[in-house]
Amino acid sequence: MEEIIQILKDLDWSPLFISLKTGVVATFISFFLGIFAARKVVKATPGKKAVIDGILTLPMVLPPTVAGFFLLLLFSRRRPLGEFLFEQFDFKVVQTWLGCVIAATVIAFPLMYRNARAAMEQIDMNLVYAGRTLGMSDTKIFWTVIVPTARPGIASGTILTFARALGEYGATSMLAGNIPGKTGTISQKIAMVIRDGDYLTAGIWVAIVMIIAFAVIFLMNLISGSKMKHIGRW
Amino acid sequence: MVVTVEIQRKLDNFLLDINFHSESRRIGILGASGCGKSMTLKSIAGIELPDEGHIEVEGRTLFDKNEKINLKPQMRNVGYLFQNYALFPTMTVEKNIAAGLKGSKREKEARVREMVEKFRLQGLEKRLPGQLSGGQQQRVALARIMAYEPDMILLDEPFSALDMYLKDQLQRELAEMLADYEGTVIMVSHNRDEVYRFSEELLVIDQGKIAVSGKTKEIFRDPVSREAARLTGCKNFSKARRIDAHTVEAEDWGVTFTTEREIPEYTEYIGYRAHDFIPVWNTEQDGEDGAYNGDGSRCDMLRFNLESSAELPFEKNYYIKAGKTVCWFVQREKVRELEERGMPDYLAFDEEKLLFLK
Repeated sequence: MEEIIQILKDLDWSPLFISLKTGVVATFISFFLGIFAARKVVKATPGKKAVIDGILTLPMVLPPTVAGFFLLLLFSRRRPLGEFLFEQFDFKVVQTWLGCVIAATVIAFPLMYRNARAAMEQIDMNLVYAGRTLGMSDTKIFWTVIVPTARPGIASGTILTFARALGEYGATSMLAGNIPGKTGTISQKIAMVIRDGDYLTAGIWVAIVMIIAFAVIFLMNLISGSKMKHIGRW
Repeated sequence: MVVTVEIQRKLDNFLLDINFHSESRRIGILGASGCGKSMTLKSIAGIELPDEGHIEVEGRTLFDKNEKINLKPQMRNVGYLFQNYALFPTMTVEKNIAAGLKGSKREKEARVREMVEKFRLQGLEKRLPGQLSGGQQQRVALARIMAYEPDMILLDEPFSALDMYLKDQLQRELAEMLADYEGTVIMVSHNRDEVYRFSEELLVIDQGKIAVSGKTKEIFRDPVSREAARLTGCKNFSKARRIDAHTVEAEDWGVTFTTEREIPEYTEYIGYRAHDFIPVWNTEQDGEDGAYNGDGSRCDMLRFNLESSAELPFEKNYYIKAGKTVCWFVQREKVRELEERGMPDYLAFDEEKLLFLK
């Protein structure tokens, strides 16, 4: 017990903050991109829909290391785009916190997009038609009718996105690396201390992650639960 | 109000081809489900796009394929009442009513208040649609449309999702609320009672085409087309053989009619409504004129040959064997008479009520 308290006293909390910061920023970006993409896909013709949906969902299905591979291919400073970004804007992605955010966003984005899309597709088309015949612009219909009606789906998408971004490991380790205090996230910290055989520290981080995960699930049930109030209990 | 609609559109298994021009304030469109009547309404509102055609409301062209005019639904100023009302579920009653309004906040509020009063929604302003009864939802949906001051209102099967009791009440309310509306209202329905009650002018649509059109009462009296007769509730049909201008044989019933009025040349079928039969007892009386078969039976009446019957709350249905089964619906008071006198020997036809159909 004393050992645990000692470890907690000496613990470097930076992985928690890096993970939280990454999660929040990645979720923020995914939120708007996901809703935007969902809107575009819902309105697209069936053929287009299948192709775009496939591309947007791919990062969720592929192993994160494959996404990491493509991201490295794109942003490495030995590659045209990475070189261009660095020389023109001093913009570094590889081995930086920005890399954490990009990796987490790419991996978590499909969750936001898919949930938002599913929620929007369930909406009665007559609501859209009614809005149009009442003279509302499509943009106004989208923000005042569709998004609020799809809110439970969008909310659960947001929470899942946050959870996924928080725990991202594979793509992050490839793109951003594990620089303590800079890109060292909780997941990477756990893997690192396990490699050193320090199960106690790993266990503490695991406990922290589990507390966050439980809080997330709890929050999600709270949100979807409030919508189901009228259904009654079993 | 003047409305001109000419639309063509290829649908899955038939071509929708609707042409009509009307100056009536209340137009009904009657048709079986899937006949294209909803598509017609949606084309007028601009929700669906016809392949060809021209749509004009009060001199304003909403759609014209040749001139490449296709106003957005937002610009058409046509109100549409959806079957499920399509109220925005996350907005309160007053927000729903205000949804399409333009202008300053003060103007909008005043307009909403006016509508709330007119449609008796006081006290419900802050409720969500899910917390309202069916009747209240309909009033909100109409208030929302009326607030927007449309040139025309389209009603898409407004009562088909309701139970009988509520239906009658809402039909009354709707008529009341639309009473002082100056523009054209078009109602689409598959229910003859709704249409009869509501419209001055009627279009009957069958398989994407207008089978008959004209004054509603006129069509119910003389539907001309078989589909129109069926949709207006006629139950009995027989193939007809026109012998001359005043004689016709109903082949499926084995009955020949000699009529005073002239039988139209187009007559291919005869229709007769199930409520219109006259029971006849004991026809062998002397002095009664009428036509007889060789065996002494009447040839202008239907021999009462009961196949089965069904009892309903307010009437009794008898099904009579006559080549093709014939339905005879008898109201409650008359059922009592039948019980006293026994079943009739024949069912007679009232010449006035014979429907000569294409």
